[in-house]
Amino acid sequence: MSNQIERFQDPGLPEHVHRNADVDPRAAKRAEQQVAILFLLSAAGTVLTIASYIYVKSSTFVYLPVMGRTNLQQLLLGIGLTAATLFIGLGAIQWAKKLMPDEEVIAERHEFRSEEVDREELVSTFKERADASGIGRRSLIKRTLGVALGLVGLSPLVLLRDTGPMPGEYLNKTDWATGTRLLRDPDGQPILASDIEVGAVTQVLPELPAGVERTLENTGKDAVLLLRLRPEDFNLDPERLSWTHEGIIAFSKICTHMGCAVALYEQQTHHLLCPCHQSTFDVTRAAKVIFGPAARPLPQLAITVDADGHLIAKQPFTVPVGPSFWERNSSNG
Amino acid sequence: MKRISSFRRHRIAGPILVVAALFTIATAFGVASALPSAQMTVASGTSTLVSQGKELFLRGCSSCHGLHAEGGGIAPSLIGVGSAAVDFQVGTGRMPMADMSQQAMQKKPLYNPQETAALAAYVASLAPGPAAVTNESLNYERDGNAANGGTLFRTNCAMCHNFAGQGGALTNGKYAPSLMGVDPKYIYEAMVTGPQSMPKFTNATITPQEKLDIIKWIQSADHEQNLGGASLGRVGPVTEGLLGWVLGLGLLIGAAAWLAMKAK
Repeated sequence: MSNQIERFQDPGLPEHVHRNADVDPRAAKRAEQQVAILFLLSAAGTVLTIASYIYVKSSTFVYLPVMGRTNLQQLLLGIGLTAATLFIGLGAIQWAKKLMPDEEVIAERHEFRSEEVDREELVSTFKERADASGIGRRSLIKRTLGVALGLVGLSPLVLLRDTGPMPGEYLNKTDWATGTRLLRDPDGQPILASDIEVGAVTQVLPELPAGVERTLENTGKDAVLLLRLRPEDFNLDPERLSWTHEGIIAFSKICTHMGCAVALYEQQTHHLLCPCHQSTFDVTRAAKVIFGPAARPLPQLAITVDADGHLIAKQPFTVPVGPSFWERNSSNG
Repeated sequence: MKRISSFRRHRIAGPILVVAALFTIATAFGVASALPSAQMTVASGTSTLVSQGKELFLRGCSSCHGLHAEGGGIAPSLIGVGSAAVDFQVGTGRMPMADMSQQAMQKKPLYNPQETAALAAYVASLAPGPAAVTNESLNYERDGNAANGGTLFRTNCAMCHNFAGQGGALTNGKYAPSLMGVDPKYIYEAMVTGPQSMPKFTNATITPQEKLDIIKWIQSADHEQNLGGASLGRVGPVTEGLLGWVLGLGLLIGAAAWLAMKAK
């Protein structure tokens, strides 16, 4: 007797509690007024929108705390349109929650399976119509339809070609070549080595052969940052040191992580910072990565001067610039 | 008499005497240490600007920058930085530094304009360097080209100071300050001297005319009016996203909770 567990009784659904508005006519009246006020606020919003469009000059600015000097017409249009649409929604919700029927109703579901008679009729109709179309007898139609339907599937496959072609050498190469002059961005003037002071930074693009137009795609690969440090600040191996000119050193500006422009230069610490993911490069150690997600140092551009004292590239970049890509030529790092 | 002598032997007489003595000493020391600072004001007209500046330098700057401005372990040499650097650093209150934090911050200047000019004259006398300018000498309103200035700003300045000149973060707590409300002469001097983390933008990199263009663009950005509502600090997706996620999503969640709540 004592081992027998008492069976738990299903308590069923709790009794329906009526809302105030269902039982108290005064509450219902109040709810009705609330809905009406919300709808009237929406109407006021529309009036405000139209009135501010017509009567407020588009050149009027007002000072608002936090926001600063703000165009009055645009501000009122925004407030008016917000009110006009928002209060219709709020009114509808209040209406539905407070006043629309709130009784639980049980709706019985019918069986999913159709009546046996209907099913048989469908099958017989289908067979009859298929027979009438003559698809069994007219084999020419049957076969050509097969060919047409089969070929339709081919065109999406062919369009996949648009994901190519492969970049080939395009991403491995830049416009920098042996002897290319360094031009100042944005005015395109050649740069005298003697003009660059210690602690200065210059944005640089390559001089393009006559007739070749500078495109955004090429600028995205070619951009270079030119810096001058005291030569004793460098901590470079002899080869990389020979790529500098009297303390002037040049790096690709394209981050090796995701290709952002690395141009935040702290001249006291000699760190270059990428603004996108905070990769930090040490200029004194050939842009070695000292912080952040970049995997490779910024490629260094070997520079020297020509007979006039203008800075020129000694050789093209020895490694592809910018972030990794599948076909990247990584033979030199 | 008897009352006084009995008070003298009271338990709290000792502590009161000690507090009174300390108060007297502290007041006397405060007055005494305030006296030299009263004498520090520059006696104008009695000596040249350079010797005034040297005097101020020896008193206020030499403990870090060295007796001959040669620099030391914690402060750079000032030989050859020119009067522009002094006018910028001292005039904006960055120097003298309040503490050795990540970078010298802008604050209320400690030296008045005349003292700043004296310090600048002394540092300029050590070796040639970029000269200080005045707001009046920079006729950017007439000579500047804001469109060209915008192009130059986006190429040379926007990476640190933000595309709208609002400033931005660097590494290890350092930052590039906002350029809004900055005197044109300080913008000019910062470009030629490269204060702190900022690189130099010499006249070979950005010509004096181009510097006026940049200043004109910054001034026009400073007076930019909000045509389409709140600017949210003009720092791009950070504040916009924050507002969208917090306020926008918050409102949606609130509305959903309201919809699902049983009406009373």
